[in-house]
Amino acid sequence: MNIPLNISGPLHNWLFAILPPAAAGIFEMVIMALVYLAIFAVAGLFLVLLERKVAAWFQLRLGPNRVGYFGLMQTMADALKLVSKELTGTEKADKFLYNLAPYFVIITALMALAVIPFSSGFQAFDINIGVFFIIALSSIGVIGILLAGWSSNNKFAMIGAMRSGVQTISYELSVGLSLLTMILLTGTPQLSGIVEVQKNGWLIVQGHIPALIAFMIYMIAGTAETNRAPFDLVEAESELGAGFHTEYSGMKFAYFFLAEFINMFIIAAVAVTVFFGAWLSPFGITESIPWLGVFWFLAKTLAIVFLMMWFRWTFPRLRVDQLLKLEWKYLLPLNLMNIVLMALIVWLNLTIQF
Amino acid sequence: MEKIIFYALALIMVGSAIASVSSRKMLRSVIYLLFVLIGVAGLYFMADYNFLAAIQLTVYAGGIIVLIIFSVLLVHHIDMELEVVKKSKRVLAALTCLAGLAVFLTTIYSHPFAAAQTAVTTTTADIGMKLLSYGEGGFILPFEVISVLLLAAMIGAIAIAKGGKVGDGGRVVKEHIEHTTPAKADKAEKITVYPLEKEPAVAEPETALLEETTN
Repeated sequence: MNIPLNISGPLHNWLFAILPPAAAGIFEMVIMALVYLAIFAVAGLFLVLLERKVAAWFQLRLGPNRVGYFGLMQTMADALKLVSKELTGTEKADKFLYNLAPYFVIITALMALAVIPFSSGFQAFDINIGVFFIIALSSIGVIGILLAGWSSNNKFAMIGAMRSGVQTISYELSVGLSLLTMILLTGTPQLSGIVEVQKNGWLIVQGHIPALIAFMIYMIAGTAETNRAPFDLVEAESELGAGFHTEYSGMKFAYFFLAEFINMFIIAAVAVTVFFGAWLSPFGITESIPWLGVFWFLAKTLAIVFLMMWFRWTFPRLRVDQLLKLEWKYLLPLNLMNIVLMALIVWLNLTIQF
Repeated sequence: MEKIIFYALALIMVGSAIASVSSRKMLRSVIYLLFVLIGVAGLYFMADYNFLAAIQLTVYAGGIIVLIIFSVLLVHHIDMELEVVKKSKRVLAALTCLAGLAVFLTTIYSHPFAAAQTAVTTTTADIGMKLLSYGEGGFILPFEVISVLLLAAMIGAIAIAKGGKVGDGGRVVKEHIEHTTPAKADKAEKITVYPLEKEPAVAEPETALLEETTN
């Protein structure tokens, strides 16, 4: 097992200079894990704030504006409040599964972050199956939701969990197939390889028509995967209370909440990596300053996150039958045809290269 | 380092496997089984066969376990516990397991395992090339045969899901297509005829099942 940890060189060299190799390796992993945890716990909180601000903007309100400057500290304060809250549960809940469920959701969300290339040196785990690894992890997250719904011993939670299962299993297919379409173009599922290919133009330009179709399908399916509106019938407030996490309180609820936002970030980050050139700057304008890669990556990701929030506050919720019809009768056949189209374009060399 | 990880994984797998068969709560068994499958994926990761590990996670942990959980959610209630089987059956099961274990162990110990000299990472490109090559060591024939098998399974699943034809001597059961379908009433209900011998798998809508079990 060799895990290629791509952190900045100086830290790596320094650790291996003062410690024996085995201990240094472990220390490196622990430090990376802590850094990622700290960054993304805070980033997730700020995404929540962003969501509330965007919602307020769409509804002509002000949004949170009391805690901190312009309400910037609002979600941090919320998190502190959630930590101090009592953990409640239903009487006949299956305690073991009830306590286990949030960790499934949050751990898979955080693990998927490891493979995302934030810049040329800032990628924790450059595994050779990159894209596929993310798909595999996202297929496990749904187990946490199903468990949460069942073990709460609550009808609404159960119905929410069942809906979530149906939805995630269906839309996983579209996410996978649309990413597969792009892999036809890049020839490798490794994320650093995908970035490398895009130095000749972002994939959405290189693959023009099929890439655009794949991107649209990916965004629809990605929004559905994260259980966000218009596909939020998992936690439809007007029908189900709060869906699968009705019975959760305090930090365990916060895990679900945070995981939702981290998943949204991952969907956006993968979209940026696969379609919009990851950390590459547009037209290579800042190619000589490599550390700006993080800035470009985050800028593009936030743009896509904003797009997803825009969806949320614009479209009304779908019904279950409409949801399934959309996936199985429209997106899936379209996706399969799109793959053939992409294969043709790659075969006939009709891609646009700069 | 690798040794520690291997033993940790092995311990988790063996422990969960035992817990999976000895737990009397159905869903807990499924979750212990999930831990075993994830442990297997971990072993593949250790062997640097990332593709197989990801397949293990997607197909077994993400696909099959989710389907099992689904079926458990439909038939099982939180209060239920699996009953303990008769003693004679338990002895029989233990003997069969021991026989299986003996065969397994003799096979393992009689095989000379050689440590790999160089670790080679298998990439998806390699797998794809092998899978579609019809030359020496190619897998095109098994690949095609398996695809035919999967097609047959898919057609079979559709045939079962569609239900038998309406014949005489059958029992008429009202069936809701989808518990949340708020379509027109005449559309939401359809009449299905089951043959007398077979029990309908799920004749009632999910909500009715839920209400029934909570009493």
